[in-house]
Amino acid sequence: MTALLLLPLLLPFALPPLARRALDRLTPVAALWSVTGCAVLLAGCSAAALGLFVLLGLLELPLFAALGELVHPLRTASDAFVVPAAAASAGALAVCGWALVRSTTGQVRAFRAARAEAGRGPAAGDLRVVDSPYPDAYALPGRPHRVVVTTAMLRSLDGSEREVLFAHERAHLAGGHHYALVAAELAAHCHPALRRVRDTVGLAAERAADEAAAVAVGDRRLTARAIARAALAGRAARTARPGFAPGAATGPVPQRVQALLAAPRSPRAGRAVAALLVACAAVSCVASVTGTADVHHRVEVAQGEERP
Amino acid sequence: MTDAKDERRPAGELEASVLAALWAADAPRTPGQVQLSLGASLARTTVTTILTRLYDKGVIGRRREGRGYAYFPVQDVQDAHGLTARRMHSELDRDSDRERVLARFVAQLSPGDERILRNLLESDGR
Repeated sequence: MTALLLLPLLLPFALPPLARRALDRLTPVAALWSVTGCAVLLAGCSAAALGLFVLLGLLELPLFAALGELVHPLRTASDAFVVPAAAASAGALAVCGWALVRSTTGQVRAFRAARAEAGRGPAAGDLRVVDSPYPDAYALPGRPHRVVVTTAMLRSLDGSEREVLFAHERAHLAGGHHYALVAAELAAHCHPALRRVRDTVGLAAERAADEAAAVAVGDRRLTARAIARAALAGRAARTARPGFAPGAATGPVPQRVQALLAAPRSPRAGRAVAALLVACAAVSCVASVTGTADVHHRVEVAQGEERP
Repeated sequence: MTDAKDERRPAGELEASVLAALWAADAPRTPGQVQLSLGASLARTTVTTILTRLYDKGVIGRRREGRGYAYFPVQDVQDAHGLTARRMHSELDRDSDRERVLARFVAQLSPGDERILRNLLESDGR
């Protein structure tokens, strides 16, 4: 039964390709929330499995066996497996916990800096203008929500393209996409395979906002053009700056532009991938719960409260 | 040409569009010029009303031009040169975590991305 607990640790490796397919087949909003939900469940189950391995290992030690009021030795697969597994799990949990704490403090700091920045510039409605030579724009959640745009970004777009930009950022805020981004970020630190899922969730959030913007301005080509122009303006301003490392693969912006120029897809196309996502999350949950119940039963037996 | 849909949008959104148009311009703009540079199609009277409201809030300034006013954006009074904002922005720029908490409009491009985008823009006829 201990082998069942390996399942929640292995299933996250199936999620990155599944998430990519979900983004290809489902509507961006559906892909965003289903992939995020799946990533959070898989992260939770893998952390729970690691915790159970640590618990099993600890109960092998006389001190913890006494603390747990065990009267019989705990029945486990074999010490050759349980002790190294517990040690590795404890190490993995410590690394995850440290990464989670560091990421959370970093995000909170960046968020505070962004809010302070947005509190200074000239404002009208939900717009905050930041005087900066670098084209940039982002949605800043909070009370009230803000759309922060630099002057360089405003100048590199024409009037209707600026409407696309505002509609895009307002879609992020209205859709609560920042919750998905935060959840994906936390999940990414719980299991190494979920790191790539974080990028897919980010792309899904952008695609969802793009589609909402295209509906708001009523023009997919205009939306695509605004995104391409904004990205190229940013590229022109950034090439001379240090710390910029160009990636090799096709980045998210051309994918977004191409998706907008293509016809919108029918939502029925992705049933299979949606079912796979649900199955993935369900198997992981069932394995964790069954594994937990099994460990609990074995501890009860060792405590002499239940018959084997 | 006035679109009833744009006229009915929330006042805050219209104010944002008008302020953005003024920041995008390199010189003071009359209500007529602002109306033309907006992506939204608004009546001239609506644009004038919004400009007056923004002026009353102190977000924009104006000067006499002919029979009316030409409007221009002003920085925060306490931060006349925008230096604080610019410095904070460059500090934020160095923070790689920001990429993840804040949904940015566009991510950084690779050289390959740049080529693809230029081709797409060209084939779009602009």
